[in-house]
Amino acid sequence: MTKALISVTGLDTTGIIASVATKLSEMNINILDITQTILDGYFTMMMVVDLDGANLGFDEINQRLQPVREAMNMTIHMQRMDIFDAMHRI
Amino acid sequence: MIETGEILQTMRMIQEENFDIRTITLGINLLDCSDPDADKCAARVYDKICKKAKDLVRTGEEIETEFGIPIVNKRISVTPVSLICQADPRPVARALDRAAKEVGVNFLGGYSALMHKGATLADERLLASIPEVLSETKLLCSSVNVASTRTGINMNAVREMGEIIKKTAEKTAGQDGLGCAKLVVFANAVEDNPFMAGAFCGVGEPECAINVGVSGPGVVKVALESVRNQPFDIIAETIKRTAFKITRVGQLVAREASQRLNIPFGIVDLSLAPTPARGDSVAHILTEMGLEMAGAPGTTAALALLNDAVKKGGVMASNHVGGLSGAFIPVSEDIGMIEAAAAGALTIEKLEAMTCVCSVGLDMIAIPGDTSAAAISGIIADEAAIGVVNNKTTAVRVIPAVGKKAGDRVEFGGLLGYAPVMPVNPMKNDAFIARGGRIPAPLHSLRN
Repeated sequence: MTKALISVTGLDTTGIIASVATKLSEMNINILDITQTILDGYFTMMMVVDLDGANLGFDEINQRLQPVREAMNMTIHMQRMDIFDAMHRI
Repeated sequence: MIETGEILQTMRMIQEENFDIRTITLGINLLDCSDPDADKCAARVYDKICKKAKDLVRTGEEIETEFGIPIVNKRISVTPVSLICQADPRPVARALDRAAKEVGVNFLGGYSALMHKGATLADERLLASIPEVLSETKLLCSSVNVASTRTGINMNAVREMGEIIKKTAEKTAGQDGLGCAKLVVFANAVEDNPFMAGAFCGVGEPECAINVGVSGPGVVKVALESVRNQPFDIIAETIKRTAFKITRVGQLVAREASQRLNIPFGIVDLSLAPTPARGDSVAHILTEMGLEMAGAPGTTAALALLNDAVKKGGVMASNHVGGLSGAFIPVSEDIGMIEAAAAGALTIEKLEAMTCVCSVGLDMIAIPGDTSAAAISGIIADEAAIGVVNNKTTAVRVIPAVGKKAGDRVEFGGLLGYAPVMPVNPMKNDAFIARGGRIPAPLHSLRN
Protein backbone atom coordinates (compact mmCIF):
# COMPACT_ATOMS: atom_id res chain seq x y z
CA MET A 1 0.00 0.00 0.00
CA THR A 2 1.37 3.44 -0.92
CA LYS A 3 0.23 5.73 1.85
CA ALA A 4 0.43 9.49 1.64
CA LEU A 5 -0.35 12.32 3.99
CA ILE A 6 -2.43 15.19 2.68
CA SER A 7 -2.33 18.29 4.84
CA VAL A 8 -4.85 21.05 4.22
CA THR A 9 -4.54 24.46 5.89
CA GLY A 10 -6.15 27.87 5.38
CA LEU A 11 -8.95 30.18 6.53
CA ASP A 12 -11.96 28.16 7.66
CA THR A 13 -14.94 28.08 5.31
CA THR A 14 -17.81 25.75 4.45
CA GLY A 15 -17.21 22.65 2.35
CA ILE A 16 -13.44 22.17 2.61
CA ILE A 17 -13.59 18.52 3.63
CA ALA A 18 -16.29 17.85 1.08
CA SER A 19 -14.34 19.32 -1.82
CA VAL A 20 -11.09 17.55 -0.96
CA ALA A 21 -12.86 14.24 -0.32
CA THR A 22 -14.84 14.52 -3.55
CA LYS A 23 -11.70 15.12 -5.59
CA LEU A 24 -9.99 12.15 -3.95
CA SER A 25 -13.02 9.98 -4.59
CA GLU A 26 -12.97 10.96 -8.28
CA MET A 27 -9.41 9.64 -8.44
CA ASN A 28 -10.38 6.45 -6.58
CA ILE A 29 -8.15 7.38 -3.62
CA ASN A 30 -9.31 5.81 -0.37
CA ILE A 31 -9.16 7.89 2.82
CA LEU A 32 -7.72 5.88 5.73
CA ASP A 33 -7.71 8.46 8.50
CA ILE A 34 -8.68 12.09 9.08
CA THR A 35 -7.84 14.52 11.87
CA GLN A 36 -9.21 18.01 11.68
CA THR A 37 -9.29 21.04 13.94
CA ILE A 38 -9.73 24.82 13.87
CA LEU A 39 -6.78 26.76 15.31
CA ASP A 40 -7.41 30.53 15.70
CA GLY A 41 -9.82 30.50 12.77
CA TYR A 42 -7.42 28.41 10.70
CA PHE A 43 -8.67 25.16 9.33
CA THR A 44 -6.07 22.39 9.75
CA MET A 45 -6.70 18.91 8.42
CA MET A 46 -4.52 15.88 7.94
CA MET A 47 -5.63 12.95 5.87
CA VAL A 48 -3.88 9.65 5.44
CA VAL A 49 -4.81 8.18 2.07
CA ASP A 50 -4.04 5.08 0.02
CA LEU A 51 -2.80 6.01 -3.45
CA ASP A 52 -2.78 2.48 -4.90
CA GLY A 53 -6.36 2.62 -6.21
CA ALA A 54 -5.70 5.76 -8.22
CA ASN A 55 -3.71 4.39 -11.14
CA LEU A 56 -2.11 7.83 -11.46
CA GLY A 57 1.42 9.04 -10.82
CA PHE A 58 2.22 11.07 -7.69
CA ASP A 59 2.71 14.25 -9.71
CA GLU A 60 -0.54 13.78 -11.59
CA ILE A 61 -2.52 13.34 -8.34
CA ASN A 62 -0.87 16.43 -6.91
CA GLN A 63 -1.77 18.43 -10.01
CA ARG A 64 -5.40 17.30 -9.92
CA LEU A 65 -5.69 18.75 -6.42
CA GLN A 66 -4.83 22.17 -7.86
CA PRO A 67 -8.44 23.22 -8.65
CA VAL A 68 -9.38 22.45 -5.02
CA ARG A 69 -6.49 24.58 -3.81
CA GLU A 70 -7.67 27.46 -5.94
CA ALA A 71 -11.43 27.11 -5.32
CA MET A 72 -11.12 26.85 -1.53
CA ASN A 73 -8.02 29.09 -1.24
CA MET A 74 -6.25 26.39 0.77
CA THR A 75 -2.65 25.22 1.06
CA ILE A 76 -2.60 21.53 0.28
CA HIS A 77 0.57 19.45 0.63
CA MET A 78 0.85 15.80 -0.21
CA GLN A 79 3.82 13.67 0.77
CA ARG A 80 4.56 9.98 1.16
CA MET A 81 3.81 8.64 4.64
CA ASP A 82 7.15 6.80 4.74
CA ILE A 83 9.01 9.95 5.78
CA PHE A 84 6.99 10.21 9.01
CA ASP A 85 7.32 6.50 9.74
CA ALA A 86 11.08 6.67 9.18
CA MET A 87 11.52 9.64 11.46
CA HIS A 88 9.25 8.66 14.34
CA ARG A 89 9.12 4.84 14.43
CA ILE A 90 11.95 2.38 14.95
CA MET B 1 -0.39 5.25 13.68
CA ILE B 2 1.69 8.43 13.54
CA GLU B 3 0.38 11.16 15.81
CA THR B 4 -0.51 14.65 14.62
CA GLY B 5 2.23 16.19 16.77
CA GLU B 6 4.85 14.01 15.10
CA ILE B 7 3.61 14.93 11.63
CA LEU B 8 3.72 18.62 12.50
CA GLN B 9 7.23 18.23 13.92
CA THR B 10 8.50 16.74 10.66
CA MET B 11 6.80 19.45 8.62
CA ARG B 12 8.22 22.17 10.83
CA MET B 13 11.72 20.74 10.51
CA ILE B 14 11.49 20.93 6.72
CA GLN B 15 9.55 24.17 6.29
CA GLU B 16 10.96 26.31 9.11
CA GLU B 17 14.21 24.76 10.31
CA ASN B 18 15.96 24.18 6.97
CA PHE B 19 16.12 20.40 7.22
CA ASP B 20 17.19 18.98 3.90
CA ILE B 21 19.10 16.21 2.24
CA ARG B 22 22.27 17.99 1.18
CA THR B 23 23.23 15.57 -1.55
CA ILE B 24 22.62 12.32 -3.34
CA THR B 25 26.03 11.49 -4.74
CA LEU B 26 26.43 8.76 -7.33
CA GLY B 27 29.85 7.12 -7.16
CA ILE B 28 31.00 5.83 -10.56
CA ASN B 29 34.06 3.64 -11.09
CA LEU B 30 36.02 4.78 -14.15
CA LEU B 31 38.89 2.28 -14.01
CA ASP B 32 37.61 0.58 -17.16
CA CYS B 33 37.85 3.88 -19.08
CA SER B 34 41.63 3.94 -18.82
CA ASP B 35 43.50 4.37 -22.11
CA PRO B 36 47.04 5.48 -23.00
CA ASP B 37 45.47 7.98 -25.40
CA ALA B 38 44.00 10.94 -23.46
CA ASP B 39 41.29 11.69 -26.01
CA LYS B 40 40.09 8.08 -26.13
CA CYS B 41 40.08 7.97 -22.33
CA ALA B 42 38.08 11.22 -22.25
CA ALA B 43 35.51 9.87 -24.72
CA ARG B 44 35.01 6.71 -22.67
CA VAL B 45 34.68 8.71 -19.46
CA TYR B 46 32.06 10.98 -21.02
CA ASP B 47 30.02 8.07 -22.37
CA LYS B 48 30.11 6.08 -19.15
CA ILE B 49 29.03 8.97 -16.94
CA CYS B 50 26.23 10.00 -19.30
CA LYS B 51 24.98 6.41 -19.34
CA LYS B 52 25.24 5.65 -15.60
CA ALA B 53 23.95 9.01 -14.35
CA LYS B 54 21.27 9.74 -16.94
CA ASP B 55 18.38 9.23 -14.48
CA LEU B 56 20.08 10.60 -11.35
CA VAL B 57 18.72 14.14 -11.36
CA ARG B 58 15.20 13.18 -12.44
CA THR B 59 15.03 10.46 -9.76
CA GLY B 60 16.29 12.87 -7.12
CA GLU B 61 13.60 15.36 -8.09
CA GLU B 62 10.90 12.68 -7.97
CA ILE B 63 11.92 11.66 -4.47
CA GLU B 64 12.00 15.31 -3.46
CA THR B 65 8.40 15.81 -4.61
CA GLU B 66 6.97 12.59 -3.26
CA PHE B 67 8.53 12.71 0.18
CA GLY B 68 8.34 16.47 0.53
CA ILE B 69 12.00 16.79 1.51
CA PRO B 70 14.35 19.09 -0.42
CA ILE B 71 17.37 17.37 -1.96
CA VAL B 72 19.64 20.33 -2.48
CA ASN B 73 22.32 18.79 -4.68
CA LYS B 74 22.69 15.84 -7.00
CA ARG B 75 26.34 15.02 -7.56
CA ILE B 76 28.72 12.51 -9.03
CA SER B 77 32.00 11.21 -7.67
CA VAL B 78 34.42 9.30 -9.90
CA THR B 79 37.63 7.29 -9.63
CA PRO B 80 40.63 9.60 -9.05
CA VAL B 81 41.59 10.73 -12.53
CA SER B 82 45.31 10.14 -11.93
CA LEU B 83 44.49 6.41 -11.77
CA ILE B 84 42.77 6.26 -15.14
CA CYS B 85 44.74 8.69 -17.24
CA GLN B 86 48.46 8.19 -17.71
CA ALA B 87 48.70 10.93 -20.37
CA ASP B 88 47.80 14.62 -20.28
CA PRO B 89 44.67 14.64 -18.04
CA ARG B 90 43.19 17.91 -19.34
CA PRO B 91 40.98 16.32 -22.04
CA VAL B 92 39.54 14.04 -19.33
CA ALA B 93 38.87 17.08 -17.12
CA ARG B 94 36.95 18.76 -19.92
CA ALA B 95 35.01 15.55 -20.62
CA LEU B 96 34.06 15.26 -16.93
CA ASP B 97 32.82 18.83 -16.85
CA ARG B 98 30.80 18.34 -20.05
CA ALA B 99 29.32 15.07 -18.76
CA ALA B 100 28.33 16.74 -15.47
CA LYS B 101 26.59 19.47 -17.40
CA GLU B 102 24.90 16.98 -19.72
CA VAL B 103 23.35 14.92 -16.89
CA GLY B 104 22.47 18.07 -14.94
CA VAL B 105 24.33 17.48 -11.67
CA ASN B 106 25.50 20.34 -9.43
CA PHE B 107 29.08 19.11 -9.02
CA LEU B 108 31.36 16.28 -10.08
CA GLY B 109 34.29 15.28 -7.86
CA GLY B 110 37.28 13.11 -8.58
CA TYR B 111 39.85 15.23 -10.38
CA SER B 112 42.05 13.73 -7.74
CA ALA B 113 45.38 12.17 -6.89
CA LEU B 114 46.23 9.89 -3.98
CA MET B 115 49.85 10.61 -3.13
CA HIS B 116 50.09 10.10 0.63
CA LYS B 117 53.26 8.08 0.19
CA GLY B 118 54.58 9.33 -3.10
CA ALA B 119 53.65 10.54 -6.55
CA THR B 120 53.34 8.63 -9.81
CA LEU B 121 54.05 10.42 -13.09
CA ALA B 122 50.28 10.61 -13.59
CA ASP B 123 49.86 12.21 -10.16
CA GLU B 124 52.46 14.84 -11.06
CA ARG B 125 50.78 15.60 -14.38
CA LEU B 126 47.40 15.91 -12.71
CA LEU B 127 48.73 18.22 -10.00
CA ALA B 128 50.39 20.50 -12.52
CA SER B 129 47.12 20.80 -14.47
CA ILE B 130 44.89 21.71 -11.50
CA PRO B 131 45.13 25.54 -11.71
CA GLU B 132 44.30 25.59 -15.42
CA VAL B 133 41.59 22.94 -15.15
CA LEU B 134 39.79 24.58 -12.22
CA SER B 135 39.86 27.94 -13.95
CA GLU B 136 38.37 26.51 -17.16
CA THR B 137 35.77 24.09 -15.81
CA LYS B 138 32.63 24.90 -13.86
CA LEU B 139 31.36 21.78 -12.13
CA LEU B 140 34.55 19.80 -11.62
CA CYS B 141 36.05 19.46 -8.13
CA SER B 142 39.55 18.39 -7.27
CA SER B 143 41.14 16.77 -4.24
CA VAL B 144 44.60 15.53 -3.35
CA ASN B 145 45.42 13.17 -0.49
CA VAL B 146 48.87 14.05 0.89
CA ALA B 147 48.99 12.06 4.12
CA SER B 148 47.61 9.06 5.96
CA THR B 149 48.00 7.52 9.39
CA ARG B 150 49.48 4.40 7.75
CA THR B 151 52.04 6.20 5.59
CA GLY B 152 52.83 9.51 7.25
CA ILE B 153 52.92 12.88 5.51
CA ASN B 154 54.27 13.32 1.99
CA MET B 155 55.95 16.68 2.48
CA ASN B 156 56.87 16.96 -1.20
CA ALA B 157 53.16 16.87 -2.04
CA VAL B 158 52.44 19.32 0.79
CA ARG B 159 54.99 21.73 -0.69
CA GLU B 160 53.57 21.38 -4.18
CA MET B 161 49.99 21.90 -3.01
CA GLY B 162 50.89 25.25 -1.43
CA GLU B 163 52.07 26.42 -4.83
CA ILE B 164 49.13 24.92 -6.68
CA ILE B 165 46.61 26.63 -4.40
CA LYS B 166 48.37 29.96 -5.03
CA LYS B 167 48.34 29.44 -8.80
CA THR B 168 44.69 28.37 -8.78
CA ALA B 169 43.75 31.51 -6.85
CA GLU B 170 45.66 33.68 -9.33
CA LYS B 171 44.02 32.02 -12.33
CA THR B 172 40.56 32.60 -10.85
CA ALA B 173 41.32 35.99 -9.25
CA GLY B 174 38.44 37.59 -11.18
CA GLN B 175 36.00 35.37 -9.23
CA ASP B 176 37.62 35.95 -5.83
CA GLY B 177 39.68 32.75 -6.18
CA LEU B 178 36.66 30.51 -6.79
CA GLY B 179 38.93 27.76 -8.18
CA CYS B 180 40.30 27.18 -4.69
CA ALA B 181 36.78 26.56 -3.38
CA LYS B 182 36.75 23.52 -5.68
CA LEU B 183 40.10 22.19 -4.42
CA VAL B 184 40.73 20.37 -1.15
CA VAL B 185 43.90 18.83 0.31
CA PHE B 186 43.28 15.78 2.49
CA ALA B 187 44.91 13.62 5.09
CA ASN B 188 43.20 10.22 5.47
CA ALA B 189 40.77 10.89 2.61
CA VAL B 190 37.76 8.56 2.58
CA GLU B 191 36.58 6.62 -0.47
CA ASP B 192 32.82 7.12 -0.13
CA ASN B 193 32.50 10.79 0.83
CA PRO B 194 29.43 12.35 -0.82
CA PHE B 195 30.47 15.95 0.00
CA MET B 196 32.34 18.37 -2.23
CA ALA B 197 34.95 19.41 -3.02
CA GLY B 198 36.49 16.19 -1.69
CA ALA B 199 34.23 13.48 -3.12
CA PHE B 200 35.83 10.77 -5.21
CA CYS B 201 35.00 7.12 -5.83
CA GLY B 202 37.73 5.07 -4.18
CA VAL B 203 39.27 1.94 -5.68
CA GLY B 204 37.60 -0.23 -3.03
CA GLU B 205 34.17 0.94 -4.14
CA PRO B 206 31.77 -1.06 -6.33
CA GLU B 207 31.01 -0.23 -9.97
CA CYS B 208 28.44 2.34 -8.82
CA ALA B 209 27.04 3.34 -5.42
CA ILE B 210 24.55 5.79 -3.97
CA ASN B 211 25.92 7.82 -1.08
CA VAL B 212 23.76 10.33 0.75
CA GLY B 213 24.71 13.30 2.90
CA VAL B 214 22.12 14.82 5.22
CA SER B 215 22.03 18.26 6.70
CA GLY B 216 20.12 19.99 9.45
CA PRO B 217 22.01 22.26 11.83
CA GLY B 218 18.88 24.41 12.09
CA VAL B 219 16.90 21.47 13.44
CA VAL B 220 19.52 20.76 16.11
CA LYS B 221 19.65 24.44 17.09
CA VAL B 222 15.85 24.61 17.52
CA ALA B 223 15.85 21.36 19.53
CA LEU B 224 18.46 22.85 21.88
CA GLU B 225 16.34 25.96 22.41
CA SER B 226 13.94 23.74 24.37
CA VAL B 227 16.66 22.67 26.85
CA ARG B 228 18.22 26.06 27.68
CA ASN B 229 20.21 26.13 30.96
CA GLN B 230 20.11 22.33 31.24
CA PRO B 231 23.33 20.37 31.90
CA PHE B 232 25.38 18.86 29.06
CA ASP B 233 23.99 15.36 29.63
CA ILE B 234 20.62 16.68 28.44
CA ILE B 235 22.21 18.60 25.56
CA ALA B 236 23.95 15.45 24.31
CA GLU B 237 20.76 13.41 24.58
CA THR B 238 18.74 16.05 22.71
CA ILE B 239 21.29 16.18 19.87
CA LYS B 240 21.34 12.38 19.65
CA ARG B 241 17.57 12.17 19.31
CA THR B 242 17.53 14.87 16.66
CA ALA B 243 20.42 13.33 14.73
CA PHE B 244 18.58 10.00 14.74
CA LYS B 245 15.50 11.54 13.14
CA ILE B 246 17.51 13.42 10.53
CA THR B 247 19.56 10.39 9.60
CA ARG B 248 16.50 8.14 9.29
CA VAL B 249 15.26 10.39 6.52
CA GLY B 250 18.71 10.22 4.89
CA GLN B 251 18.52 6.44 5.02
CA LEU B 252 15.01 6.47 3.54
CA VAL B 253 16.09 8.70 0.66
CA ALA B 254 19.22 6.62 0.05
CA ARG B 255 17.21 3.39 -0.03
CA GLU B 256 14.58 4.86 -2.32
CA ALA B 257 17.18 6.30 -4.73
CA SER B 258 19.05 3.02 -4.72
CA GLN B 259 15.90 1.05 -5.59
CA ARG B 260 14.71 3.43 -8.29
CA LEU B 261 18.09 3.70 -9.98
CA ASN B 262 18.91 0.02 -9.43
CA ILE B 263 22.28 1.02 -8.01
CA PRO B 264 23.57 -0.38 -4.69
CA PHE B 265 23.24 1.77 -1.59
CA GLY B 266 26.66 2.76 -0.26
CA ILE B 267 26.50 4.87 2.87
CA VAL B 268 24.72 7.67 4.68
CA ASP B 269 27.10 10.39 5.82
CA LEU B 270 26.05 11.51 9.31
CA SER B 271 26.67 15.14 8.77
CA LEU B 272 25.60 18.57 9.87
CA ALA B 273 26.31 20.71 6.84
CA PRO B 274 25.54 24.42 7.14
CA THR B 275 24.60 26.94 4.45
CA PRO B 276 25.01 30.72 4.57
CA ALA B 277 21.24 31.05 5.25
CA ARG B 278 20.18 32.21 8.70
CA GLY B 279 18.84 29.28 10.70
CA ASP B 280 21.16 26.79 8.98
CA SER B 281 24.34 27.32 10.97
CA VAL B 282 26.57 24.94 12.95
CA ALA B 283 28.13 27.94 14.73
CA HIS B 284 24.71 28.90 16.06
CA ILE B 285 24.37 25.47 17.69
CA LEU B 286 27.54 26.33 19.61
CA THR B 287 26.17 29.73 20.61
CA GLU B 288 22.91 28.09 21.69
CA MET B 289 25.03 26.08 24.15
CA GLY B 290 26.00 29.33 25.84
CA LEU B 291 28.93 30.81 23.89
CA GLU B 292 28.70 34.41 22.77
CA MET B 293 30.20 33.52 19.40
CA ALA B 294 32.00 30.60 17.80
CA GLY B 295 35.61 30.97 18.89
CA ALA B 296 34.88 31.88 22.51
CA PRO B 297 36.71 29.76 25.11
CA GLY B 298 34.79 26.48 25.30
CA THR B 299 34.16 26.30 21.56
CA THR B 300 36.28 23.20 21.02
CA ALA B 301 34.53 21.36 23.86
CA ALA B 302 31.11 22.36 22.54
CA LEU B 303 32.01 21.15 19.05
CA ALA B 304 33.42 17.88 20.40
CA LEU B 305 30.14 17.19 22.19
CA LEU B 306 28.10 18.08 19.11
CA ASN B 307 30.20 15.94 16.78
CA ASP B 308 30.09 12.92 19.06
CA ALA B 309 26.36 13.16 19.75
CA VAL B 310 25.57 13.47 16.02
CA LYS B 311 27.42 10.21 15.39
CA LYS B 312 25.88 8.37 18.33
CA GLY B 313 22.37 9.43 17.33
CA GLY B 314 22.89 8.80 13.64
CA VAL B 315 24.64 5.46 13.74
CA MET B 316 21.50 3.60 14.87
CA ALA B 317 19.45 5.21 12.11
CA SER B 318 21.33 3.82 9.12
CA ASN B 319 22.58 0.35 8.27
CA HIS B 320 25.76 1.70 6.64
CA VAL B 321 27.39 4.83 7.90
CA GLY B 322 30.43 6.28 6.19
CA GLY B 323 31.87 9.29 4.43
CA LEU B 324 33.10 12.05 6.67
CA SER B 325 30.30 11.81 9.26
CA GLY B 326 30.33 14.69 11.71
CA ALA B 327 29.78 18.42 11.93
CA PHE B 328 31.27 20.62 9.22
CA ILE B 329 32.75 24.00 10.07
CA PRO B 330 33.28 25.79 6.76
CA VAL B 331 33.69 29.51 7.41
CA SER B 332 32.16 31.07 4.28
CA GLU B 333 29.23 28.62 4.22
CA ASP B 334 27.98 29.33 7.74
CA ILE B 335 26.48 32.65 8.80
CA GLY B 336 27.55 32.16 12.43
CA MET B 337 31.14 31.42 11.40
CA ILE B 338 31.18 34.42 9.04
CA GLU B 339 29.99 36.72 11.84
CA ALA B 340 32.51 35.28 14.30
CA ALA B 341 35.39 35.61 11.85
CA ALA B 342 34.37 39.18 10.95
CA ALA B 343 34.19 40.11 14.64
CA GLY B 344 37.66 38.66 15.27
CA ALA B 345 36.25 36.02 17.62
CA LEU B 346 37.39 33.22 15.37
CA THR B 347 40.98 32.83 14.19
CA ILE B 348 42.65 30.25 11.99
CA GLU B 349 44.44 28.92 15.08
CA LYS B 350 41.14 28.37 16.90
CA LEU B 351 39.67 26.74 13.81
CA GLU B 352 42.70 24.44 13.75
CA ALA B 353 41.91 23.33 17.30
CA MET B 354 38.28 22.79 16.33
CA THR B 355 39.32 20.52 13.46
CA CYS B 356 40.78 18.09 16.00
CA VAL B 357 37.27 17.23 17.16
CA CYS B 358 35.01 17.59 14.13
CA SER B 359 34.56 15.90 10.83
CA VAL B 360 37.00 17.60 8.50
CA GLY B 361 39.32 20.55 8.66
CA LEU B 362 40.11 24.12 7.78
CA ASP B 363 37.34 24.68 5.31
CA MET B 364 36.39 27.61 3.07
CA ILE B 365 38.72 30.09 4.72
CA ALA B 366 39.75 33.18 2.79
CA ILE B 367 43.34 34.25 3.50
CA PRO B 368 45.28 37.34 2.35
CA GLY B 369 46.38 37.22 -1.29
CA ASP B 370 50.02 37.81 -0.36
CA THR B 371 50.18 34.69 1.84
CA SER B 372 53.22 32.73 0.62
CA ALA B 373 52.95 29.25 -0.89
CA ALA B 374 55.15 28.03 1.97
CA ALA B 375 52.73 29.42 4.54
CA ILE B 376 49.85 27.59 2.85
CA SER B 377 51.95 24.42 2.82
CA GLY B 378 52.63 24.94 6.52
CA ILE B 379 48.90 25.16 7.20
CA ILE B 380 48.39 21.95 5.21
CA ALA B 381 51.20 20.19 7.11
CA ASP B 382 49.70 21.18 10.47
CA GLU B 383 46.26 19.88 9.49
CA ALA B 384 47.75 16.69 8.06
CA ALA B 385 49.64 16.13 11.33
CA ILE B 386 46.38 16.42 13.28
CA GLY B 387 44.72 13.90 10.97
CA VAL B 388 47.61 11.45 10.88
CA VAL B 389 48.24 11.42 14.62
CA ASN B 390 44.56 11.30 15.59
CA ASN B 391 43.61 8.74 12.97
CA LYS B 392 40.95 10.96 11.42
CA THR B 393 40.27 12.75 8.17
CA THR B 394 41.45 16.34 8.02
CA ALA B 395 41.49 18.72 5.11
CA VAL B 396 42.47 22.19 4.00
CA ARG B 397 40.39 24.31 1.64
CA VAL B 398 41.77 27.83 1.85
CA ILE B 399 41.23 30.58 -0.69
CA PRO B 400 44.02 33.14 -1.14
CA ALA B 401 42.12 36.33 -2.02
CA VAL B 402 44.31 37.93 -4.67
CA GLY B 403 44.82 41.66 -4.07
CA LYS B 404 42.96 41.55 -0.76
CA LYS B 405 44.13 41.77 2.82
CA ALA B 406 42.82 40.66 6.21
CA GLY B 407 39.41 42.19 6.91
CA ASP B 408 38.39 42.50 3.23
CA ARG B 409 35.58 40.33 1.96
CA VAL B 410 35.31 37.67 -0.74
CA GLU B 411 32.08 36.49 -2.32
CA PHE B 412 31.53 33.10 -3.98
CA GLY B 413 27.75 33.01 -4.18
CA GLY B 414 25.23 30.22 -3.64
CA LEU B 415 26.04 27.49 -1.13
CA LEU B 416 29.69 28.57 -1.11
CA GLY B 417 28.73 31.87 0.53
CA TYR B 418 31.01 34.78 1.39
CA ALA B 419 33.78 35.32 3.92
CA PRO B 420 35.97 37.89 5.57
CA VAL B 421 39.67 37.45 4.74
CA MET B 422 41.33 36.05 7.89
CA PRO B 423 44.89 36.91 8.92
CA VAL B 424 47.63 34.26 8.69
CA ASN B 425 50.55 34.15 11.13
CA PRO B 426 53.27 36.17 9.34
CA MET B 427 56.29 34.22 10.67
CA LYS B 428 58.33 32.61 7.88
CA ASN B 429 58.55 28.83 7.41
CA ASP B 430 60.25 28.59 4.00
CA ALA B 431 63.22 26.55 5.23
CA PHE B 432 60.84 24.08 6.89
CA ILE B 433 58.79 23.53 3.76
CA ALA B 434 61.85 23.41 1.47
CA ARG B 435 63.09 20.23 3.16
CA GLY B 436 60.60 17.89 1.45
CA GLY B 437 60.68 14.14 1.99
CA ARG B 438 58.27 12.25 4.20
CA ILE B 439 57.29 12.65 7.82
CA PRO B 440 57.20 9.04 9.03
CA ALA B 441 53.94 7.39 10.05
CA PRO B 442 53.24 7.55 13.79
CA LEU B 443 53.87 4.54 16.00
CA HIS B 444 50.19 3.70 16.23
CA SER B 445 50.10 3.06 12.49
CA LEU B 446 51.68 -0.30 13.35
CA ARG B 447 48.51 -2.01 14.42
CA ASN B 448 48.96 -5.50 13.01
